[in-house]
Amino acid sequence: MRRLRSVIPALIPLLVVTAAAELAVRYGFVKSYLVPAPSSVLRAMIESRAELFGALLTTSVSALVGFLLSTVAGIAIAVFLSSSRAIQRAFYPYAVFFQTVPIIAIAPLLVIWFGYGTRTVVASAFVVSIFPVIANTLSGILSTEPALRDLFRLYGASTLVTLFKLRFPAALPQILTGLRVASGLAVIGAIVGEFIGGQGLGSVVDVARTQQRVDKVFAAVLLASVLGLALFGLINLVSYITLRRWHASEQ
Amino acid sequence: MDLEIAAGEFIAILGPSGCGKSTLLRMIARLAEPTAGRITIQPEEQFQTSFVFQDAHLLPWRTVLDNAALPLELMGVAREERYATARTALQQVSLYEAEDRYPAQLSGGMRMRVSLARALVAHPRLLLLDEPFAALDEITRFRLDTQLRDLWRTRGITVVFVTHSISEAAFLANRAVVLTKRGGGIKLDRSLDLPLERNDDLRMDPRLGHEMKLLLSAMEEE
Repeated sequence: MRRLRSVIPALIPLLVVTAAAELAVRYGFVKSYLVPAPSSVLRAMIESRAELFGALLTTSVSALVGFLLSTVAGIAIAVFLSSSRAIQRAFYPYAVFFQTVPIIAIAPLLVIWFGYGTRTVVASAFVVSIFPVIANTLSGILSTEPALRDLFRLYGASTLVTLFKLRFPAALPQILTGLRVASGLAVIGAIVGEFIGGQGLGSVVDVARTQQRVDKVFAAVLLASVLGLALFGLINLVSYITLRRWHASEQ
Repeated sequence: MDLEIAAGEFIAILGPSGCGKSTLLRMIARLAEPTAGRITIQPEEQFQTSFVFQDAHLLPWRTVLDNAALPLELMGVAREERYATARTALQQVSLYEAEDRYPAQLSGGMRMRVSLARALVAHPRLLLLDEPFAALDEITRFRLDTQLRDLWRTRGITVVFVTHSISEAAFLANRAVVLTKRGGGIKLDRSLDLPLERNDDLRMDPRLGHEMKLLLSAMEEE
């Protein structure tokens, strides 16, 4: 109940802005081919529900697969990078470089490599969301307290045991921070991939744009945001379950 | 520096901060290598060393019991056995009833006691402590001092206790070593003339005051 009440303040601006937009369009202050009235966005959503929700499902699957891939690969790469100072010096700059490559510029390249369809979209979601996972996991693993490392050494723990019983759990709060950022980026990456590789909400936005259906564009964008929020919420849930007993951020 | 520690001793190492007390302790534990000189342990057989740090340094994601049992887990002891040993150790530091709690739910003194229990489960023959009770309030510290002293007497282990507290060193140890300010040297090495049995009455005893005075003057002179 308290949680419910804490949502109310955030709903007020939403209602005010929605009402204002509706009135502004109705009374002709804003042209409806630039900004659609909220009511017509809702109508578009209901009219094209089969198409929109099918697209939402497609985008969700691609974003989720891309996100899971970058979770697994990102953590693995971070573990590899953490194994020695020399390896870090040799490879980490390339990970940073990789992150600065604009996804929109390499998306056509992905189409050439993976063809039109899901594989390109997944690759796009993967490419944009992996870096925060690497960076956060690495910094989490490297900031394990020296005294605890001493403790593990004193009782003869191997590198692998130290990794799983000390470094990973200690890095978990930071890994989850990385995943939170990555989840949002994966949705963005999937939509960008769909602009070029076809399918999903990205493709709906692209097609509706050429048909001058601003209301449908808005409806698709709204669903994409909902998808991002849902993923974000999922990570928060995982974070709450795993950290609530011991980490200040969830207490 | 030339320092010999016999098996079964309770020795306190005193010195101003930055004189290398902690480094000396880490070198004894083989966690750091000396840049010059050497450390020999005789006989050369393998034995377990435990270390208690300045802060409790527990694993926050583990319960008290799992924290106390950690050394045995790392040494490959079976679950039943390590829990049984850990429970005994927790009992020794009077924390038996808190075994299911997490470190975040404990007070500073309780955390330190878990840390002490964790050091004991591996049945160390050498126990190294690096200013372990420095951050605690005095009453808790007194209690832990007495518990540590009792543990030393019942278990017959060798204890090296690093501290900057003169009263604590004098109360706990049988022998106190004062290091020089710049490190590398020993200012005073003294067997304390105090009874074997230490309790809170001793804290007001003039004999303790006398020992503290000797340690203090050794620390002050430059």
